[in-house]
Amino acid sequence: MIEKVDVCVIGAGHAGCEAGLACARMGMKTIIFTVNVDSIALMPCNPNIGGTSKGHLVREVDALGGEMGKNIDKTFIQSKMLNISKGPAVHSLRAQADKADYSRTMRTVLENQDNLIIKQAEVVALIVEDNPEAPESYKKIVGLKTHTGITYECKAIILCSGTYLNARCLCGETITYTGPNGLKAAEHLSDSLKSLGIRLRRFKTGTPARVDKRSLNFSKMTEQFGDEKIVPFSFSTKAEDVQKEQISCFLTYTNAKTHEIIKKNLDRSPLYAGIIEGVGTRYCPSIEDKVVKFADKERHQVFLEPEGCYTNEMYVSGMSSSLPEDVQIAMYQSVPGMEACRIVRNAYAIEYDCIDPSQLYHTLRFKNIEGLYSAGQLNGSSGYEEAAAQGIIAGINAALYIKEEEEMIIDRSEAYIGVLIDDLVTKETSEPYRMMTSRAEYRLLLRQDNADLRIREKGYRAGLISDYQHDQLVMKRLSIESEIARLKHTKLGASGYVQEFLTEHNSSLLKTASSLAELLCRPEMTYFILGPLDQERPSLSDDITQQVEIEIKYEGYIERQKRQVKQFQKLEKRMIPVDIDYDDVPSIRIEARQKLKVYRPVSLGQASRISGVSPADISVLLVYISQKNLPQNM
Amino acid sequence: MMKRETIVAPATALSESGIGIIRLSGDDAVPITGKCFSKIKDMKTHTIRYGFIMDGEEAIDEVMVSLMKSPNSYTREDVVEINCHGSIMIMNRIMNLMIKNGARLAEPGEFTKKAFLNGRIDLAEAEAVMDIIRSKSEFALRTSLNQLTGKVSDVIRLLREDIIYQVAYIESALDDPEHRSLEGYQDILQEKVTDILRRMNLLIKTSENGKILKEGIYTVIVGKPNVGKSSLLNLLVGDDRAIVTDIAGTTRDILEESVKVNGVMLNIIDTAGIRATEDTIEKIGVEKAMKYALQADLIVYVIDSSVELDENDRKIRELINGRKAIVLLNKADLDTKVDEDDIQMFLESGDKNYPHVDNSVDRPAIIRTSAKENSGFDQFSQTIWDMFIDDGINREDIFITNLRHQEALRNAYDSMLLVNQSLEAKMPEDFYTIDMMSAYEYLGMITGDQIGEDLINEIFSKFCTGK
Repeated sequence: MIEKVDVCVIGAGHAGCEAGLACARMGMKTIIFTVNVDSIALMPCNPNIGGTSKGHLVREVDALGGEMGKNIDKTFIQSKMLNISKGPAVHSLRAQADKADYSRTMRTVLENQDNLIIKQAEVVALIVEDNPEAPESYKKIVGLKTHTGITYECKAIILCSGTYLNARCLCGETITYTGPNGLKAAEHLSDSLKSLGIRLRRFKTGTPARVDKRSLNFSKMTEQFGDEKIVPFSFSTKAEDVQKEQISCFLTYTNAKTHEIIKKNLDRSPLYAGIIEGVGTRYCPSIEDKVVKFADKERHQVFLEPEGCYTNEMYVSGMSSSLPEDVQIAMYQSVPGMEACRIVRNAYAIEYDCIDPSQLYHTLRFKNIEGLYSAGQLNGSSGYEEAAAQGIIAGINAALYIKEEEEMIIDRSEAYIGVLIDDLVTKETSEPYRMMTSRAEYRLLLRQDNADLRIREKGYRAGLISDYQHDQLVMKRLSIESEIARLKHTKLGASGYVQEFLTEHNSSLLKTASSLAELLCRPEMTYFILGPLDQERPSLSDDITQQVEIEIKYEGYIERQKRQVKQFQKLEKRMIPVDIDYDDVPSIRIEARQKLKVYRPVSLGQASRISGVSPADISVLLVYISQKNLPQNM
Repeated sequence: MMKRETIVAPATALSESGIGIIRLSGDDAVPITGKCFSKIKDMKTHTIRYGFIMDGEEAIDEVMVSLMKSPNSYTREDVVEINCHGSIMIMNRIMNLMIKNGARLAEPGEFTKKAFLNGRIDLAEAEAVMDIIRSKSEFALRTSLNQLTGKVSDVIRLLREDIIYQVAYIESALDDPEHRSLEGYQDILQEKVTDILRRMNLLIKTSENGKILKEGIYTVIVGKPNVGKSSLLNLLVGDDRAIVTDIAGTTRDILEESVKVNGVMLNIIDTAGIRATEDTIEKIGVEKAMKYALQADLIVYVIDSSVELDENDRKIRELINGRKAIVLLNKADLDTKVDEDDIQMFLESGDKNYPHVDNSVDRPAIIRTSAKENSGFDQFSQTIWDMFIDDGINREDIFITNLRHQEALRNAYDSMLLVNQSLEAKMPEDFYTIDMMSAYEYLGMITGDQIGEDLINEIFSKFCTGK
């Protein structure tokens, strides 16, 4: 039996949901496959969305017209803006989710989306045909086959299979061949990918235990509250709709005894015993790793986070592990407040196949296979937000490909999404890739508060943002600009009232007339504080005055960062001819030549970020390309 | 892999001279030369052979041919150098022969460009090659050589490493606040930034001093007639260029000489003696002397210690007031009528600003010399060094003399100043990295670690052919 659709999405996790929704919303007949319909938008690890730099990704996904931000706004149980003592570039929103609610709510969205079909089935093979235009090197997606023998004809496939490919879970000596949470692993797709010439790798990640709330003694821990004034993730969610009662988390610490137990049992850890072959992430380390790597640290933070409103399970954040169950019990019970804790679900490590993302373009399409896209953990990333970000980009580009429209690429100077994808497809990642603030060069421009101003326009062009939403964006931009102009042009004289006001706020007195913008630049001043001095102030929403304040206060820094972006774009715009033969370029060192052949960078900028390609190699390329473009007169 | 083209160019000036050298570089340098100099086929690398360049049956010239095989050559390619007779006609014939045999006429700087592209030298080193070719003074040559041997790059890279270390620290703390704290970090960073600024400032100073050292100090010698100005100049120059007689007013015109004193170049203008004169020719000389003195970097005021100070000295005193000057008390071998104290008092009494509050201009150094006995000149040269070369800079130091490098260095310095401002304004840590990265990138432009678009072509286009 054969069914015909436009796009097949394999996997209904955070990448798959965004990819499927984007395609369906762009008018594609889309089918989304999952090994279990009950596991749509499952959060198999931490019960939160957002966090440092990940909060930025959620905002950007939302700006493009994605679902993650809206979904967490509907299902969060606690919300917090992190790093508020630091600069606006590193402010990051994080919300605790009710896991079951999150999953169920997302499923409802999918189920009610036009053009979208949900199908529980395991995909076992992709079907391709040779591209008649380049039969030797290119293939083209035409369909796929499920384990029950059904064939689906399609024009594009988006792989969002997460950690399910040939997955196995490890808890000490006990190995089970399943995906996360005991769900069925995908056993055949890896072989199908390999037969298409796709290079696979093996990565590892882990999750801590879930413990019974009733077995914990919170009086020995510090209660962690949410923010008093809750900021929503989505630009479409009204702030007043998310103010609600929140559920607390609790902070406690490991101690010498915990570390002792871990050290004594390291030989029973599959990671240290050499059973785990996959490479884990440095930035989300297991407690074993932390104890070994930060040997001088006397204690590590442990957060106990509720998994939802209607469960007693609590997530032991900071203590993921693959040690055997008996060691886990001893280890968790050594932590203050957890002396009598009962484990509901054991901590475990999971190993899985993923692809080498250097095989992808920035559109997340495979370089050698037309119509085949890949997103999420399968690309070697980690985290729900990273997955969602890739999902929406792969979805948009698959739809644009079918529509034969210009593909969408976001660069490093536009969004964290751009940084994430560029890093994945350009830099050699030998471990699961986690988004971090330090990875973004132009942080001050890529703030979580201005994600809509940065990239919503792109979502509009793709057709994921409505005209109404777009009009609002245009209005917002105008309001910000005119308010900045007003503050710059409104001058205050050194009148008695003004001086008195300044004294009151520990600010130095005016010597000459000064604009409101100049006053706002003073570190002790805010837009709000200046209110009484500002007679003509229009009534503006918080998100607008926030932009005004940041743009004025940090103008010098923003300008300098913009200059850096200009510099960066020069090399990005130097395109490398697609048909370049690196063997024909003299004098590139061997390592660089090999890397360039594998990565086939689109621009000199991208080439310069490939590890093993030195500035000297780039200079050679620069000269070579310039000469190629010149008439051969030498 | 693509064959690297073989290029040819005269490596010495195309003019009548004893020897002319024609240089070839590329994968076919040996076979191309072999078509007219068959012996090259059995030459070992880094050897030289005698023979004839043949155009078919006709011998064009009697030559010495040396061969440097890849990768141990200037360009890392096979390099052949033909030492022929320095005749324009012969050199042109040999060049044409090589081009006929498959070589291509090199563009300006192409040999060095190949050395750069083949990874033998970095950008700063490549620029040094150009500076060496153009260097006029021994100092300029030495700074270029320092640059060529990578010393400048080393110093710059060290600065970059220090900057990136701090950036990395801040970033890692932002990513992992649990394990890396920024508490108290502002003080540490302030210390580092101050140190980096100090080191950059020193390099910038060397670039200013480097200019003086490279181009020389414009020096005017003034003094009453017949106090020994010309003898002094002769002593420095080492020949009797200025006419020395005992008749006052012998030097009627302005003489200019470049003299190296202790490694520093002095561009000396000897002037007619300053005195009230009726002689028209001499008068012009005196006026000129006054004019030159006003524009000079340094005024050397020569006084005859065997003659009393008079009205003319007072005129000169006005001229040197507030300027960088050295007073030479000459003819120290004769009876002394004027000594250091007299001059000190004489200078101070003429100084309207006396007593000094402003120390920005040093009082002139007074040095006792004798042109006849050749004494006092060590002190003279040391004084010049002290006056013009900033404290803390040694002759052996790295000097940044290349204009492009100076600009990049200044930009980097300005960026670090902004970091300093952010520190003073107590901005959150994540703001510091913006300007630190700018500084890092500017410094990288010096060494070529940061790729500036079109920079490479621009640099190499300034070269002369054959290098």
